[in-house]
Amino acid sequence: MTEPLLDVRHLRVEFPTRRGTLLALDDISLTISAGEILGVVGESGAGKSLTGAAIIGLLDPPGRIAAGEIRLAGRRIDNLPYEQMRRVRGREIGAVFQDPLTSLNPLYTVGQQLVETITTHLDLSAAQARRRAVELLASTGIPAPEARVDHYPHQFSGGMRQRVVIALALAAEPKLIVADEPTTALDVSIQAQIIALLKKVCREQGAAVMLVTHDMGVIAEACDRVAVMYAGRVAEIGPVADVIHRPAHPYTAGLMGAIPAMDADRERLLQIDGAMPRLTAMPPGCAFHPRCGRATDRCRVDRPELAAVGQTQAACWHAVTEEV
Amino acid sequence: MLVFILRRMLQALVVMLSVAFIAFMLFQYVGDPVNNLLGQDATEEQRSALRKDLGLDRAFPVQFARFVVNAAQGEFGISLRQGRKVSTLIAECLPATLELALVAAFIALVFGIPLGVYAALRRGRATAQLLMTGTLFGVSLPNFVIGILLIWIFAVELKWLPSFGRGEVVALGAWTSGLLTRDGLLHLVLPAVTLSAFQLTLIMRLVRAEMLEVLRTDYIRFARARGLTDRSVYFGHALKNTLVPVITITGLQLGSLIAFAIITEQVFQWPGMGLLFIQAVQFADIPVMAAYLCLISLIFVVINLGVDLLYFAVDPRLRVEGKAH
Amino acid sequence: MAADADPKPTLSASALRGFFDGDVWHSFRSSPMAVGAALVALVCMVCALLAELVAPHNPFDLATLELMDSLKPPAWLEGGERKFLLGTDGQGRDILSALMYGTRISLLVGVASVLLSIAIGVTLGLLAGFVGGRVDAFIMRVCDVMLSFPSILVALMISGVGRSLFPQAPDALAFVVLVLAIALTGWVQYARTVRGSTLVERHKEYVQAARVIGVGSLRIMRRHVLPNVLGPVLVLATIQVASAIITEATLSFLGVGVPVTSPSLGTLIRNGNDTLFSGEWWITAWPSLTLVLITLSVNLLGDWLRDALNPRLR
Repeated sequence: MTEPLLDVRHLRVEFPTRRGTLLALDDISLTISAGEILGVVGESGAGKSLTGAAIIGLLDPPGRIAAGEIRLAGRRIDNLPYEQMRRVRGREIGAVFQDPLTSLNPLYTVGQQLVETITTHLDLSAAQARRRAVELLASTGIPAPEARVDHYPHQFSGGMRQRVVIALALAAEPKLIVADEPTTALDVSIQAQIIALLKKVCREQGAAVMLVTHDMGVIAEACDRVAVMYAGRVAEIGPVADVIHRPAHPYTAGLMGAIPAMDADRERLLQIDGAMPRLTAMPPGCAFHPRCGRATDRCRVDRPELAAVGQTQAACWHAVTEEV
Repeated sequence: MLVFILRRMLQALVVMLSVAFIAFMLFQYVGDPVNNLLGQDATEEQRSALRKDLGLDRAFPVQFARFVVNAAQGEFGISLRQGRKVSTLIAECLPATLELALVAAFIALVFGIPLGVYAALRRGRATAQLLMTGTLFGVSLPNFVIGILLIWIFAVELKWLPSFGRGEVVALGAWTSGLLTRDGLLHLVLPAVTLSAFQLTLIMRLVRAEMLEVLRTDYIRFARARGLTDRSVYFGHALKNTLVPVITITGLQLGSLIAFAIITEQVFQWPGMGLLFIQAVQFADIPVMAAYLCLISLIFVVINLGVDLLYFAVDPRLRVEGKAH
Repeated sequence: MAADADPKPTLSASALRGFFDGDVWHSFRSSPMAVGAALVALVCMVCALLAELVAPHNPFDLATLELMDSLKPPAWLEGGERKFLLGTDGQGRDILSALMYGTRISLLVGVASVLLSIAIGVTLGLLAGFVGGRVDAFIMRVCDVMLSFPSILVALMISGVGRSLFPQAPDALAFVVLVLAIALTGWVQYARTVRGSTLVERHKEYVQAARVIGVGSLRIMRRHVLPNVLGPVLVLATIQVASAIITEATLSFLGVGVPVTSPSLGTLIRNGNDTLFSGEWWITAWPSLTLVLITLSVNLLGDWLRDALNPRLR
């Protein structure tokens, strides 16, 4: 099997605080292959954005990587000194954040920000860089790019701005894009366009994408594989169709059951009782057991590891694939 | 944008008229306006002539209008204390104050901004914390205490610098400048440093706070995520965004410098408008007080307007019109 | 990450215990500067309030003054006496005692003007926020104009006008004018803060529901708006006490502040300024030091308070 482009192994992220050390990410393992789109889904606070931040090396202090490895194309990047990691950022890993309004510096034109990124990583002259900037805008579907390249961010609408952000992320031709909730701040109609754009440019450039979101619809639409996160751990990971239609982990099953479906005849949406545990009050054993219908004594004591169940991998002692 | 300027000018006019009204009330009803205009030594004939002339029996709005017209031409009567025309007194004192204020502003900016940036970027380090503690002193020490302290150290103990007056000045037409002579410059040092102290700490704290805010924004995070160099991130992006509000706030501070000069001029006996004003207050010299009030308001209003225009110049969000698409 | 979200501090009785368990008290205890500042402020306040009991002499009792005692340096220098620990001024008054009485005046004027500021500002803020419309616009305009004038100027003008209107005024009136002058320079911040909170609360549904039932506006404001603004107002007030003290000291130094018969720290500094060049530094030095210590402590407390109550920095 070819080596995956991104290989995260047993990643632990800690936050030392006055009240003790909080474990925000506990033994996260996932892989992304070249050209693949991996979705990372979960509730707010499950740790999806943190995973993305750890991968691009922008954990907010005092957070730090306590254990584990992150490998990009075989090379370890989690322990690189700051300057080397800076070069990785942008050139090998691109990032797209949630809010296009605040992602762009309002005092510089779009073109200036693009050219700056391009010349930082690629060896191009100013004129060449500007040409490339216009090309990038065109490829992300912005009309009249030669004129718009000199516009300021506030002159673009929300959807257009996100296209600019994507252009910026792709500016130095990275192999991996980490997209953190790229569509959450946009109208539903624009969301579809942005998703389609992401898929298109990644196909054309051969880039892999880690798509972090809480919206299962986006996952279903865009991703090849999906990782379901819960309380800082990976609950289930596998091909999208399998995870959605035949979830093995009870949490995933609950998530699928909570989604309203147009065709199914259902009286009430399924609701998972309780709430995701806080980091300061993590239950022993499996993090999900207080809310789980299948919980047994073993679940309360032993923490389950990811194990293959059918086509997916799930971290559950009682993983059973059910048709949903 | 034109609409905005017109609206601001209209507001400025309203403010000026309100201030003029207060000054007018002072002039007419606190003390004797005839005294205010003619001085203490006028004869009875002159007084009754003036009373008729002023139309003190005329309607209130007429008197107010006359006052405003006079004020606009700089005519405020005669100083009760010195017996000379108020306009002459002010014209003599204005250059001293303006020079002092401008030099102090310069010092505050040139030192305040870099120190603030340093305190933000090296946050947590000992030197940065020391600086911020220093600013606490700067905010807690009243203007005159700093002045007295500097006088004691540099004039009394070390005897390096003079502490009294302006020294040698050069007349350039209507303006008198102390910047062109060594003596004048020496005399300028202590007062300018004293006056700048408060502004310097203010700017430093402001720059540091703004910079820390900016460094937390999404666009800085995104800039780092794109792999831009630290230099680009800090000085290309963060600093530029920090300076936009700072420059405009500092512009407004220029006005308060002129006001604080009142204190500094008293400590150093600097022959400026502030000293003139204080003596007027102590003596209840109404014409001078009224004139000072109007002049200061004018300066403030002009500065405010200028700062608003400055905002337009630096922030593209205000400049470019047309819908976002 | 599931974040710890502490509720905003309210001032109900049971919350007081929560206060001592909570972040604010912990932050206070672990910050030596805050503790030190509070101690200094406390000592100064005690000395000032109990001046009659604590001060070794009464500097205003003309019968006890002797010209022989004038211009004595502090006790540890040559020519000094234990009786006058910090030295004496040109008329034989003990500096230490004058300091205590002067501190009292400074503190009283400072606190009084801040209280008046709060009263004016909170009232106008509530009015602006609740009534809205023209009243709101007018008050905000006044705020804008007042903010663009430095406080010292406003205080000077009011003082000056007061003196001109009542040239032979009794001391009490002079104090009133002074407190009013300083109070009028500081109310704007409170008005704005309170107005902001009022606007936020006013549009909430439960307020509209309450109005439908017939609950009075005043009660709504008292129960819902005021607790929310207490935190910022407290921080503002602490910092403003320091600036009020400085403004009063400045006005007194300039000769247009407190009447000469009740000298504050500013007056004492002014008196000492004349003898600075002839070498009697102590007459100016001690009042200056005291002034700086007080304002420094109050500013430190205000700074620490602001950081402690800021939810974003927790």
